[in-house]
Amino acid sequence: MSSNTALAAGPSPAPRYVDNVIRAAVVLTMFWGIAAFLAGVVIAAQLVWPQLSFDSEFLTFGRLRPLHTSAAIFAFGGTALIGTAFHIVQRTCRARLFGGEPLGWFVLLGYQFFIVIAATGYLLGITQSKEYAEPEWYADLWLAVVWIAYLIAYLGTVLKREEPHIYVANWFYLAFIITVTMLHITNNLAMPVSIVGTKSYGAWSGVQDAMIQWWYGHNAVGFFLTAAFLGMMYYYIPKAANRPVYSYRLSIVHFWSLVFLYIWAGPHHLHYTSLPDWAQTLGMVFSVMLWMPSWGGMINGLMTLSGAWDKLRTDPGLRFSVTSVGFYGMSTFEGPVMSIKAVNSLSHYTDWTIGHVHSGALGWVAFIVFGTMYYLVPKMWNRPGMWSTRLMGWHYWIATIGIVLYITAMWVSGIMQGLMWRAYDELGFLQYSFVETVAAMKPFYAIRLLGGVFFLSGGLIMAYNMWRTIRGEPEVVSARPRPALAA
Amino acid sequence: MPTKIEKDTLSGQDTTGHEWDGVKELNTPLPTWWVYTFWATIAFAAVYCVLYPSWPGLTGHTDGLLGYSSRADLSVELQAQAKVRANFVDKIRTTSLADIRKDPELFNFALAGGRSAFQTNCMQCHGAGGAGSKGFPNLVDDDWIWGGKLDQIYTTIEHGIRNTNDKSRQSLMPRFGADELLTTAQVAAVTDYVLSLSGRAKATPEGAKVWQEQCVACHLADGKGNQELGAPNLANGIWLYGGDRDSIYRTIYYARNGSMPAWSGRLDDATIKMLAIYVHALGGGR
Repeated sequence: MSSNTALAAGPSPAPRYVDNVIRAAVVLTMFWGIAAFLAGVVIAAQLVWPQLSFDSEFLTFGRLRPLHTSAAIFAFGGTALIGTAFHIVQRTCRARLFGGEPLGWFVLLGYQFFIVIAATGYLLGITQSKEYAEPEWYADLWLAVVWIAYLIAYLGTVLKREEPHIYVANWFYLAFIITVTMLHITNNLAMPVSIVGTKSYGAWSGVQDAMIQWWYGHNAVGFFLTAAFLGMMYYYIPKAANRPVYSYRLSIVHFWSLVFLYIWAGPHHLHYTSLPDWAQTLGMVFSVMLWMPSWGGMINGLMTLSGAWDKLRTDPGLRFSVTSVGFYGMSTFEGPVMSIKAVNSLSHYTDWTIGHVHSGALGWVAFIVFGTMYYLVPKMWNRPGMWSTRLMGWHYWIATIGIVLYITAMWVSGIMQGLMWRAYDELGFLQYSFVETVAAMKPFYAIRLLGGVFFLSGGLIMAYNMWRTIRGEPEVVSARPRPALAA
Repeated sequence: MPTKIEKDTLSGQDTTGHEWDGVKELNTPLPTWWVYTFWATIAFAAVYCVLYPSWPGLTGHTDGLLGYSSRADLSVELQAQAKVRANFVDKIRTTSLADIRKDPELFNFALAGGRSAFQTNCMQCHGAGGAGSKGFPNLVDDDWIWGGKLDQIYTTIEHGIRNTNDKSRQSLMPRFGADELLTTAQVAAVTDYVLSLSGRAKATPEGAKVWQEQCVACHLADGKGNQELGAPNLANGIWLYGGDRDSIYRTIYYARNGSMPAWSGRLDDATIKMLAIYVHALGGGR
C-alpha cells in the first residue's frame, strides 16, 4: 500500500494512533444515519397522510421535523466529522491525538450525550424554536463544553505534528471547528428562566435575532456541512484514488475565499422581510461571489481523479465520493442562483428550498460520508475490503435514484407552489388560496416519500454490509470485481 | 525542510514536494476560466452594490443609484393589480347590493372578488366551500342565524358578531345551568322539550313550563327562532353545536355565544360587498 511506503520513507515511525474512538464513531455514524433517514421518511409520510401523527403531541410534524434535521446534520454528519477529523488529523500530522484516548472519548461520547438530550427534548416539546438551533440552554452549554474540548484535541494535535506543513484537510476542519464554536455561542446566548427549568429567553430580539439566527444558520451550512466535508474530501478522495491532489494553489485560494465570503451570506435567508434592504443586498452579492470559491473545491475533488477514472468502475466507494462532489457543485450553483432576489421572490418559503437543502444533504454530505465509510471500515478493522462490493453498487444506485426522485419532486412542487402563490386572475384577484396550493403539492409529496424510502433502503444495505465486514467474514465470491476485459 | 518536487507523469505537473500520509499535491495553476468567472462575480457584486442600497455607515447606508426599496417595490406591484381591478371596484363601491346583483358583469366580478377574499379570510372557520363545521355556521344551507338576505349578510360581515365593534351583532343566551337560573332537572326537562321540536323526544309538562318561561322570548313559541335577535331556529334539525341530547343539554347549561370578527376595519367596503354577494350566492341566500 502506498501509505505504508510513505510511512517507511518518513523521518520517524508512525505513532500509536487513537483508533478506538474512530471505530466507535464509524458505527455511531451508521446508526444515526439510519435514524435520520427513518425520521425523514416518517415526516415525509406525514405530509402525504397527516393522520400519521396519530393525534399524539409527541408525534406531530412540528416535533419530529427538528428530530429529523438534527439527526441528519448533527448526529449523522457531526459524528462522522468527529471520527474522520480524528482519523485525518493524526495521520496527516503523524501525531497521536492530543489528550489521547480520554479526551477523544470525552469528545465523542459527550457529543452523543448532547444529541440524546437534544432529541428527547424535541419530543417533549422543549425547543428554542430557532431552526437548527432548537436545543435549549442546558444542552447548548453542554455542547459548548464538548465543542471546545474538540477544538483543544484537534488544535493540540496539529500543534504537536511531526509533519512540517499542515495538510489542506486540516485547514478546513479547523475552520469548521473554530467557526462553529463562535456561531453556536453567539446564537444561543440566553437567560434561563430557572436553573431547574428548561425554558430560556434569548439575548437577541426582533430583526437582530433573525439576522443572528441566519448568520448562524447559513454558516451551519457553510462551515458544518461544507467546509468540514471538504476536509473529508481532501483526504479520502486522494487516498482512495491514489492520486495527488489536483492543485495546491487552487486549494489555498478557494479555502480563503470560501471562509471569507461564507460568513456574510446569511441575510439571503431573510430576503423581503423586515431586514433592511442594504443587508439583503450584501447577503445576496456575497452569495453570488461564493459560486467560484465553492466550485474550487469541486474542481479539486473531481480533477484529482484524472488518471484514475477507471477506478470508478471497480470501487463504488470512490463512486459515492465523486458523485457527492458533483452534487456539491450542483447545489453550490443552485444556492447563489436562489440567493438572487428576483429568483428568491419565487423560491422562498417553497419546497424548492427543501429540494436544494436535500441535494446538499443527501447528494453531498451523505454521499461523501458513504464514500468515506466504505474506505474507512476496511482500513480501521484491517479487512481486505468491504464484505460485498456488489451490495455497495446496489446501495449506490438505489440511493442515487432516491435523491433524483426527491429533488426533482421538490423542484416541480416548489416552483408550482411559488407560481400559485403569486398568480392573479385576469380580474386582478389572487387566483389560489393557500389550501389549494397544498392540495396541488400532494402527488409530489408522495414522490418525495418514495425517494426517501429508496435512500433509507440504501442506508440499510450499507449497514448490513458494514456489519458483515466488521464481523470479519470472508468476502462473498460473487461480489469480487470481475476481471476487466481489454476494451 | 525536506521537500522533494516530483513530476507527475500522468498530468505533467510538478508536485509541491510535500507529502502527508502518502497524499501529495500538484502545483497546477488556477484554471483560467475559474479566475475570470470569480472576477466576474466580484464585478457583478460591485456594480450591484452601487445600484442598490448596500454598505452601512455609522448612521445610515448607501442608498444606491436606482433608489430601490423593497417596500416601494411591493406597493408598485400591489397598485398594478389594484389598477386592474379599479374600474369594477369603483362601480361596486357606488352601486347598491341589489343593483350589483342585477348587473351580470358586475355580479360576475363580485363573485370572483368575493371568492378570493373568502379563501383568504373566511375559510379558516367556514371551510373552503362554506360548509362550516361545529361552532362555525354552514353558509351553503338555508338556515340563517342573523338573516340570509344580502344586506343582512353584509351587516354581519361588516360588524361581526359579539365582538367589540360598536355595531356588532349582540345577543347573549344566559348560562341557565352554570349560573343556577335553572336546576339540572329543569335543564334536562327543557332539553327534552327542545328535542321534541324536531320530534325526537316526548316533552314533559315541566319542560313545557320552562320553555314558556325562559325560551320563547327569543326562540319564539314554535321554536323557529328570531333572526333579529340571532336566536337560532331549533325546529329544523340544523344544529351549530350538535343536535344530540348531550350537546343540547350543554348548550342550555353553559350557553355558547360564539363570536365573529368585524371586517370593516380590515377589509375595504367594496371587498365586504363582494363577500356578501359571494356568500349569498353560495346557495342559501334569501
